Amino acid sequence: MVEQILYAALTIAVGVGFAFVYFWGSNWLLDRALSTQGLDGPASARRDTLRTRIRPWLFLFPALFFLTVYLVYPVFETIRLTFYDGGGRNFVGAANWIWALNSPAFVQSLINNALWLIFVPTAATAFGLLVAVLADRLWWGNIAKSLVFMPMAISFVGASVIWKFIYDYRGTGEQIGLLNAIVVAFGGEPQAWITVPFWNNFFLMVILVWIQTGFAMVILSAALRGIPEETIEAARIDGASDVRIFFDIMIPQILPTILVVWTTITIVVLKIFDIVLAMTGGQWNTQVLANLMYDQMFRANHFGRGSLVALVIMIAVLPVMIWNIRQARSEEGTH
Amino acid sequence: MATITQSSPVTAEPKAGILSNIKVTPGKAMAHLALLLLVLIWTVPTFGLLISSVRDRDQLAVSGWWTSLTTVQRSFAGVLGTPADQVQEDDQFVIRGNVLGDDSNQVLVGFGTSINNPAEFPAGSSVEMRTGGTITVSEDGSYVWTSPTAFAHNRVRLFYTSQVPPRFTLDNYVEVITAAGIGRAFVNSFTVTVPATIIPILIAAFAAYALAWMRFPGRTLLVALMVGLLVVPLQMSLIPLLRLYNGIATTFGGSAKSYLGIWLAHTAFGLPLAIYLLRNYMAGLPREIMESARMDGASHFQIFVTMVLPLSFPALASFAIFQFLWVWNDLLVAIVFLGQSQNELVLTGQLRALLGSRGDNWEILTAGAFISIVVPLVVFFSLQRYFVRGLLAGSVKGG
Repeated sequence: MVEQILYAALTIAVGVGFAFVYFWGSNWLLDRALSTQGLDGPASARRDTLRTRIRPWLFLFPALFFLTVYLVYPVFETIRLTFYDGGGRNFVGAANWIWALNSPAFVQSLINNALWLIFVPTAATAFGLLVAVLADRLWWGNIAKSLVFMPMAISFVGASVIWKFIYDYRGTGEQIGLLNAIVVAFGGEPQAWITVPFWNNFFLMVILVWIQTGFAMVILSAALRGIPEETIEAARIDGASDVRIFFDIMIPQILPTILVVWTTITIVVLKIFDIVLAMTGGQWNTQVLANLMYDQMFRANHFGRGSLVALVIMIAVLPVMIWNIRQARSEEGTH
Repeated sequence: MATITQSSPVTAEPKAGILSNIKVTPGKAMAHLALLLLVLIWTVPTFGLLISSVRDRDQLAVSGWWTSLTTVQRSFAGVLGTPADQVQEDDQFVIRGNVLGDDSNQVLVGFGTSINNPAEFPAGSSVEMRTGGTITVSEDGSYVWTSPTAFAHNRVRLFYTSQVPPRFTLDNYVEVITAAGIGRAFVNSFTVTVPATIIPILIAAFAAYALAWMRFPGRTLLVALMVGLLVVPLQMSLIPLLRLYNGIATTFGGSAKSYLGIWLAHTAFGLPLAIYLLRNYMAGLPREIMESARMDGASHFQIFVTMVLPLSFPALASFAIFQFLWVWNDLLVAIVFLGQSQNELVLTGQLRALLGSRGDNWEILTAGAFISIVVPLVVFFSLQRYFVRGLLAGSVKGG
């Protein structure tokens, strides 16, 4: 264990040291190799231009290297592997696609992911907006916001333990799960919530809503503060009610931000994995794409099918990616 | 989106609420109530976990954590002394003992000889036993069992009902840290997280500076690429990288699953966000400073190290917090790039393993979960300003 800690400390030192030596050294070398000392006008200018051309790439090289090896190359490799067999050696054409379309687990995952996509971003954004609006009006709003924000720091696995405890079910005796205790207190029948067909998906989704609401709240709260006071004052003078002001004045002004929050949570939802793995492992019809991919990759050891499921997730993310890039480029213009 | 120009941390001074000068008292009361309800829903689950983790394991298994402060009446069965314990006093054979155990803080209310009626007789009364003799059980659980003839029974159980006062203990934590492997996993989590947080920062900062302040062909394309890579699902990378690591391991020897492998993977996966956040921040630094420094003959390298890097501290801190929380809380990358042995399992992985193997031992799960969330919570609450600033810069500006 001590060795392990030393190893980690050494890696930090070597990693940071190496990065620094690289950046400093490469810049020094560039200045040395293309030195303008003792050169006359045109030659000197040529070297200046050359240095200006090369230097950005020295700054960018390590980052681009990592991104290429770990993110860009894998995208193409994954696409290639979707046409290969389990070991990734033999070309099988569309066999993996045929498997997917005939696999109940895959179809189930698509349906469940769609449910997650509809429910989680909507609920988290709505709750986040509600908390932001309420908290801005009350003196203890900031404490409330901090507390609602807290689950953001908790891991999906940790949150799964927390909620599995809430959903705990005892066949006999006193219920120690909060949800069943409440149900029993109101005269209902206790349930094994995470096995209830169809609705169990929503019990898992609640966990992600619980985590993501804080995120939505923070962003939307900032947006609400950015609304010009005058527009609200004007509406008030015209005799608009609180509710009307909220829906007709505030919502339209923060609509772009709502959209950003919504799409950001959408991305999280598409990749959701930990909660399903920890809560049900995909049993009782709660399978989702990311967990199916993990199953194919590690349990079934079928790289072709695993790659295919990953690619499906990627395709689902694509519209948001394109929208983001266009958004960023239009902002680039305003800089 | 252009409406948000400044980042306001959650803990900032509250601006006089937008709607606050409307005098609707019932509405205000409703707002208080609604927010209180929401805050309760968002905090009670974690609170219940914390309370449960310090409860006595036997109490935790049979009663809800919300009853943990109340004394409850509960029925148990205890085994009475065997003939080996008997002593002869005058002409009587006597067995003495305590059904509650030696250092119990329970109070016995009643007892009985049948499981169906564990409170048949009140504490202090004397009862004839079916196996012979007379037993007297008092409130503290001590009993005197006398018989004119020698005892010769095998195993006799006594059923009793007692008041159980609340009992809190740190035993669960001790067990989880030692026996359940959470202690080791805690060290492993740190081993993974700290280098994976620090190493990307310098790499990203240089790249971000180039993208923010240097003019070169392909720059806009690279910026667009970073924005695109921000949302590429990790799932796309896992299988190719696993194959790559396996290939390297078989070619050069060594293991495909190592700390070095996961550090590099986390470094790469953190880079798009790091570069994106830092570039946005650096692009916002005043142009005049840069230009006057250039006039004075400072090189890009000098400007970066002496001016931009120190000025970018808030953005560096934001990213460091993000990356720390993300790596600490990650499960997927850890189970793919690290092995499943005790020396390599991180907290999330160990917790997941416990969910499978000890799914009903809530004293283990609650204590383990709390240990895994305490570090992020401390980081989060102490550095919330930087975290919020990063969130706003990361998702509001560019989407």
